[in-house]
Amino acid sequence: MKILYFAWLKTKLQMNGETLPWAAERPDTDSLVTWMQERGPAFAEVFSDRDVVRIAVNQEYIIGNTPISEGDEIAFFPPVTGG
Amino acid sequence: MIRIQQEAFDTGAEIAEISKGRTDIGAIVSFTGLVRDFNDGRNITGLVLEHYPGMTERELAKIEAEAHQRWQLQASRIIHRYGNLALGEPIVLVITASPHRQDAFDAANFLMDWLKTKAPFWKSEMTADGRTVWVEERTSDIDAARRWQK
Repeated sequence: MKILYFAWLKTKLQMNGETLPWAAERPDTDSLVTWMQERGPAFAEVFSDRDVVRIAVNQEYIIGNTPISEGDEIAFFPPVTGG
Repeated sequence: MIRIQQEAFDTGAEIAEISKGRTDIGAIVSFTGLVRDFNDGRNITGLVLEHYPGMTERELAKIEAEAHQRWQLQASRIIHRYGNLALGEPIVLVITASPHRQDAFDAANFLMDWLKTKAPFWKSEMTADGRTVWVEERTSDIDAARRWQK
């Protein structure tokens, strides 16, 4: 799975993204976020407030918990501020 | 038509191009967003815009298609920049062309409101004291977008 981070998430985690193997312990976006929260202090901070982290799976916004699979592109980012 | 680009654009040239050789357009509305030198009491010296290549194009295409569903539009254009932007430079351009002014006005308004809350762009501001500040979303933008919900 390709994981992408944007804006201040990227700054705080000090990476644009990473590749993670699919794992049975994180079959959906909710469990992936929980797993992220337990990875270390920077991740815990970034993922502490679920309301400010938007998620897109394969470049589409998701609403609610969404199953994920190998080959998916999962992006985490704050509310958008373009225009 | 959608364009995402680093370089600046010329609003006048884009408007001229949209109506070139056509006699069926009755109204053209355009909105140009510019980099201003203040925000929330801070003095700003420039902006950096980041986006999500791929998703940005998809979201803007969806937003444009929605506008064409809701209003009678003969043409539309959305141009959004990314990268380093200096004060006074254009950030975003929305143009709508219609036989009638109200459709052109409303569609342009809608395109900007939805773009601001859906298109994956993020602004960071360079402040006069040398800091970089990520811009936070505005409640007023969310409220503005909400009025178009069906």
